[in-house]
Amino acid sequence: MPFYVSPEQQMRDKSDYARKGVGRSRSSVVLQYAGGILLATPNASTVLHKISEIYDRIAFAAVGRYNEYEVLRKAGVTYADLTGYSFDRGDVTARGLANWYAQQLGTSFTESMKPYEVEIVVAEVGARPDDDQIYRISWDGSVSDEPGFVAFGGQADQVSAALKEAFSDNMSLTEALGAALTALTAPAAAPAAAAGTAAATSTAANGAPAELTAAQLEVAILDRARAHRTFRRLQGPRLEELLAESRSAAAAAEPAPAAAETTPAPGSAPASDDPPTGPTAGNDGIPRPPKAK
Amino acid sequence: MGEFFGGTAGQPAAFMTARVPSFTDFLAGYAPDMLPVGFRGRDLPAGDGASNEVIKNLPHATTIVAVICERGVVMAGDRRATSGNMISKRDAEKVYRSDEFSAMAIAGVFAIGLEFVRLFQVELEHYEKMEGRALSLEGKANRLAKMVRDNLGPAMQGLAVVPLFTGYDEETGIGRIFSYDVAGGPYEEHRYYSIGSGSIFAKGSLKKLYRDDMSLQDAVLACVQALYDAADDDSATGGPDLTRQLFPIIATITDDGFRRLPDSESAEYAQQVVSERMQSPDGPNAPLRTAS
Repeated sequence: MPFYVSPEQQMRDKSDYARKGVGRSRSSVVLQYAGGILLATPNASTVLHKISEIYDRIAFAAVGRYNEYEVLRKAGVTYADLTGYSFDRGDVTARGLANWYAQQLGTSFTESMKPYEVEIVVAEVGARPDDDQIYRISWDGSVSDEPGFVAFGGQADQVSAALKEAFSDNMSLTEALGAALTALTAPAAAPAAAAGTAAATSTAANGAPAELTAAQLEVAILDRARAHRTFRRLQGPRLEELLAESRSAAAAAEPAPAAAETTPAPGSAPASDDPPTGPTAGNDGIPRPPKAK
Repeated sequence: MGEFFGGTAGQPAAFMTARVPSFTDFLAGYAPDMLPVGFRGRDLPAGDGASNEVIKNLPHATTIVAVICERGVVMAGDRRATSGNMISKRDAEKVYRSDEFSAMAIAGVFAIGLEFVRLFQVELEHYEKMEGRALSLEGKANRLAKMVRDNLGPAMQGLAVVPLFTGYDEETGIGRIFSYDVAGGPYEEHRYYSIGSGSIFAKGSLKKLYRDDMSLQDAVLACVQALYDAADDDSATGGPDLTRQLFPIIATITDDGFRRLPDSESAEYAQQVVSERMQSPDGPNAPLRTAS
């Protein structure tokens, strides 16, 4: 290399690069409910998944570049299947998998030129809600244990704040889905409330966030009550039914629109409508201007 | 185990490289010592008189029957495992769920059969998770054929396992049966089939009991009758054990997926057959002439 670049600068550059990449995606949420763990994300594709099954009681959710997290997902499935085959199915744990991912991502972040532009969540449903585990692993291999819920990718701060408001222990599946939708639509609601106009195309006339339809969502659960493989996708009529239920419950609970309550976030752009999953969507690798905090 | 970090720059090459989504193929490259004996392309020690004696006295799994019915397919197995002329297990389980819409059962050397089952289960699930779709029923049957074929070396030395594979074909909505021999297969069977030491008697029984478009309950009953007939004439097949309350393992595979009958339900069918045999020890009579 012709020029000297300090290690600090190099790491910071890599980290900024990865953060920008992940920031371009749309947020995902993973949260606990009484009957298990709910994973939800906006995703128009029905075949290129952002949420997947890893093992009997373990699910995987990712944001960022599709090709990169798909490689990580498959490696995770292989790791889990190998561990379960070597020992016993009960010996495959989310903690072990999260550590394994952290090691892979950490090594790659230090040693390769281009860091992974991904953030992943590994969730395990336990026999009781207290045994549930949710781990978030970032592009540089840092792991955090997220009790209860986590929002990641895109405008994670806003989504996380909204999810914190909406989340409570022992929610029903319908309530949990309602909380997830509230959180996922929070970034779109914020600028509309700030501007008070219909400038943001993704908001409805009354200023409430545009409702995500079943076709725009990817939703899955880890069902505590199921034996063997607990992972189930919620899609089609079943998801539409649940969405309708959660919306009517929300309407009954608070008849006045909560537009005034949302914190205005000046300068924050509405989330892109492009889901980041397709090989062509947002994966050109060209950094866009950083979003305002 | 092999190297986690086989590649450059700390990349876990074996886990991250693109490959055919087969768990067995992955193991063959990564940790071949975890595959069943004979899959590793290594020869077993040549057999002599002593080793023949050892192999003969390993527990062997015996009779399995399968019947296609209106809603799918029923598979059942007796509970006996034998070591030569000894009964080595009275409560053996030889019918297993391989995935949501298929089941496999084993006859032959028990230990190797169990390894087959474990590996085959992971193989199907691994493909499903990697590809986001389940294998076709033919795909599953072909995969099992490869496993049987890989075991040909040990089979020639006496460590033979022959599975029977059944499943509900989601594309056509029918139950299907696939049989194998030690060299592989699969051979698709129609209506009904049986493998194992008592299979001659079970097939003879099913030949007279089978009707087209049997209901699920009738098919289960036919399986239990056939196992009773096999146990009646074959010393290696166990009949219903009323004193120990051990009854055949019965599984149904329909559009609702795989279901193993609970012991209480299996006991009801077995007790019905036993009480009928109290009246007529040879079981139901088939009409002598075809009704015109």
